[in-house]
Amino acid sequence: MKLVFDRPKSMKDTVMHYCPGCSHGVVTRIVAEAIDILDIREKTVCVAPVGCAVFLYEYLNLDVTESPHGRPPAVATGIKRARPDLFVFTYQGDGDIAAIGLAEILSAANRGENFSVVYVNNTVYGMTGGQMAPTTMLGQRTTTTPYGKGAMDGRPLRMAEWIASLDGPSYVARMAVNTPANVKKARKTVIEAFRMQLEGRGMSFVEILAACPVGWGLSPIEALARVEKELIPYYPLGVLKSVDSHKAG
Amino acid sequence: MYHDLIISGFGGQGILAVGRLLAHTAMLEEKYVTFLPSYGPIMRGGTANCTVVVSSKPIGSPIVRNPQSAIFMNAPSVVSFEERVKTEGLILYNSDLVDKADSKRTDVDKIFIPANTLAEEAGSGRVANMVLMGAFIEITQVVGMKSAVKCLKEVVSEKHIDLFQADQAALIKGSEFARCHTPARK
Amino acid sequence: MSGAEAMAEAAIRAGCRFYFGYPITPQSELAEYLARELPKRGGVFLQAESEIAAINMVFGASVTGARAMTSSSSPGISLKQEAISYMAGCELPGVIVNVCRGGPGLGNIAPSEADYFQAVKGGGHGDYRNIVLAPSSVQEAADLSYLAFDISEKYRNPVMILCSAVIAQMVEPVEFMSPRRPEEVEKPWALTGAKGREPRVIKSLRLSEQELEEHNRHLQEKYATVKAKEVRYETRYLEDAELVIVAFGTSARIVSTAVETAREKGYKVGLLRPITLFPFPTHVIRKLAERVKKFMVFELSAGQMVEDVEIAAAGKAAVNFYGRMGGSVPSPEEDFEKIVDCYRG
Repeated sequence: MKLVFDRPKSMKDTVMHYCPGCSHGVVTRIVAEAIDILDIREKTVCVAPVGCAVFLYEYLNLDVTESPHGRPPAVATGIKRARPDLFVFTYQGDGDIAAIGLAEILSAANRGENFSVVYVNNTVYGMTGGQMAPTTMLGQRTTTTPYGKGAMDGRPLRMAEWIASLDGPSYVARMAVNTPANVKKARKTVIEAFRMQLEGRGMSFVEILAACPVGWGLSPIEALARVEKELIPYYPLGVLKSVDSHKAG
Repeated sequence: MYHDLIISGFGGQGILAVGRLLAHTAMLEEKYVTFLPSYGPIMRGGTANCTVVVSSKPIGSPIVRNPQSAIFMNAPSVVSFEERVKTEGLILYNSDLVDKADSKRTDVDKIFIPANTLAEEAGSGRVANMVLMGAFIEITQVVGMKSAVKCLKEVVSEKHIDLFQADQAALIKGSEFARCHTPARK
Repeated sequence: MSGAEAMAEAAIRAGCRFYFGYPITPQSELAEYLARELPKRGGVFLQAESEIAAINMVFGASVTGARAMTSSSSPGISLKQEAISYMAGCELPGVIVNVCRGGPGLGNIAPSEADYFQAVKGGGHGDYRNIVLAPSSVQEAADLSYLAFDISEKYRNPVMILCSAVIAQMVEPVEFMSPRRPEEVEKPWALTGAKGREPRVIKSLRLSEQELEEHNRHLQEKYATVKAKEVRYETRYLEDAELVIVAFGTSARIVSTAVETAREKGYKVGLLRPITLFPFPTHVIRKLAERVKKFMVFELSAGQMVEDVEIAAAGKAAVNFYGRMGGSVPSPEEDFEKIVDCYRG
C-alpha cells in the first residue's frame, strides 16, 4: 500500500496534551513539516516558551530548551550568537511575546537577530486557564475580564505590524489555521520564514491566529468561525514585510 | 617601607591620572601597591580623589582614613580632607587655587606650590598635577624620579599624548621646586 | 589593572567568548573592557536591552555548551534571579559577577557586601544554590574569574563572583594565567542539533511531584559534593588565636590591617577569610569553636554571613559582629578599636 500521509520526522510519536479543537497541534505540525522539507532537523535548536506550548519538547523530535516566560528571544539570541551555524527558532504564545516578553522580542527584532519566531496568537492565556491577554479583543470575556475587556485593559496588540515597522527583521507575516486553505498558506509562509534565516537575512517572524475553544467557551467549530469573523478583520492576514520585495503585500 | 597618600581636586585636574602614575611606578619598582579611585557620578565634573598605598610588604586595607600624605589641588579638598591627615604627616597644596589662610593644620609638614604657574612654564596649564607629583616624589622618595619619568610613557593615554613633553617637564619642575623649598610646620 | 578589568581579562583567558550585559555603576568597566577585547579575540560582546535579557542570553549561549558570562551590580542582579534559578534547575553553567553596591532599592553606588543572603541563600525561587566566590584583591578577582568557568562547567551550576566596588575599582598589580581554550570536553547535554543522535532537552519543568523531588534530590547531592570538595578559605595567625575575625572580600581586606595592628600590640587575634561563601567553611569554624573564646564577624552589611558563623560555632564560642551599611566603609583604625573592645570585653 502506498503511504500518502505520515508523521514528519521532526515530530515524535506521542499524544499531545492540547485541548480538543486547539490550533497548537496544527501549528506544531506545520513547523515540523517545514523543518523536514528544508532538511534541517539535525542542526535545529528550538526554544520553547512558558505557556500552552511548554511541552513542545515532548512533541518535536529536535533539540529543545525551555526558557523563562517571555525570554525566548533573549535565549535564542544567546544560542544563535554562540552557534551561528545552528538553525534556531522560538515558539511563543501571545502572553509570552506581547506582554511579559515585549522588551525581548522588540529588541531582538530591532537587532535583526538571525533566528525565526513562530508566534501563536489565540487572544487568551490558555495554560493558566483563560485569562486576558494583550491580544484579547475588546469586549471579550475572559476569567480576568468577566464583564468584557475594556479599552483601559489595553487595546488588542497587533504584534506583526509592530515587528514589521522595524528595520531589523527580514520577513514578517500573519497567517491563520482555521481552514485547510489557510493551513496550506501558513505552512508555505513558515517555510519561507525559515528559509530567510538559512540565508542569513535576519529575524523572520510569523504570527499565526489560533483558536482556543476552551479558553473562549466555544465549541471547536464555533471557535474556528470566530477566527474568521472576529479575529481576521482586526488582525489582517498576509506578508507584511519581506526583504524579497516581490513577495510582500 | 609603607606610605599612603590621598590626592584630591576637581574632576579634570588629572587626579586619577597622577595617582595611576604613582601606582604604576611603584609596580615597576616591584613594590606592592593599591590605587583606589573615587568613581561613578562624582567622576563627572565634581570633586575627584584617589588613595594610593605603596609598601614593601603585601597591603592590607586599600582604604585609608588617615593618610600619611595628601596632595590638595583645590580649596574644597582642604575642607574635605585636611583634618584627616596624620599628625606629623605631609601636605602638598596647589597654592594657585588654595589660599594659605584656609589651611588650618599646624602639626603637619606643609608645602605650598604654585602648581598651575609652574605647569604653564612647563608647557601647559593642564599638567599642574604632575608638578605636585614631582614634588611629592622628591620629598618622600616613595619611588624614584627616574622610574616615574620612564613610567610616564606607559600611562599617558593616547588622548593626552600631546601633553607628554609638558608632563615630563612638569614632574621635573615640581621636584626642583621641592628641592629649594623644604616643607615646614607653621 | 582594576579588579573589574582583571575579571574580564581572566574570563577571556579562561575561554569565555560570550558576554552579555547591561550598564550599571560600579561595574561598567568590566563590560567596557570586554566590548573592546572580545571582538578582537573571536568573541561576542552584546549590550542587551535589560539585565533580564542579558542573563537569558547567557542561558542561551550556555545551552550550546559555550562559556558565557554576565555582570551587574545589586539592583541588576536582583533582575537576573529568575533566570539564575532556571539555570540551576536546568543545570546550566554560567558565570555572573555581582559588584555589590549599597541598598536596598536604588541605594547608592558605594561599596557594599549586603547581597550575601541573595547570592548565598538562593536569591531566586526554589531549592538551589549558587557557588559563590568572594575575591579580596585584584589578583584574586582574576584568579577566581578564571576558576569560576571551570567549576561552573564541572558542576553544571551557575557561579557567582561577589565583590564590592572596592575590589572592582581598585587598581593593583596582577599576573594572569596563560590563555587557554576550554578543553573540548564532550558535553553530552549541550544542544547542538540532533545530528546522528537522539534529541536532547534542557528543562527544569517536571510536573510530576515524584520526578521533581527526584531532580531536587539529585541537585542536593551535587551541592553536597560541592560542599565536600570546593571549600576555599585563607587563615592568618590561627595557631594561638583567642579571638578569630571572620570576614570576606573587602571587609576582610580592611580588617586584615587591623589584625596586623592587633598582633603588633600583642593581642592574640587571628583571621579566617572565606573565599567560597557557598560552600562555606563551616567545618573550619566548627573546629575552631572548640578552642577559641570568641569570633568576631566584620561585614559591609547589617549582618548576614554572621548567621552562618553562628550556625557553625553552634554556641560553643561567642559570635560578635561589627558591620557598616549603605555603602559606608570602616577604616582599619575603626575595625581595630572594635577588635580591642571585643577582645577585652
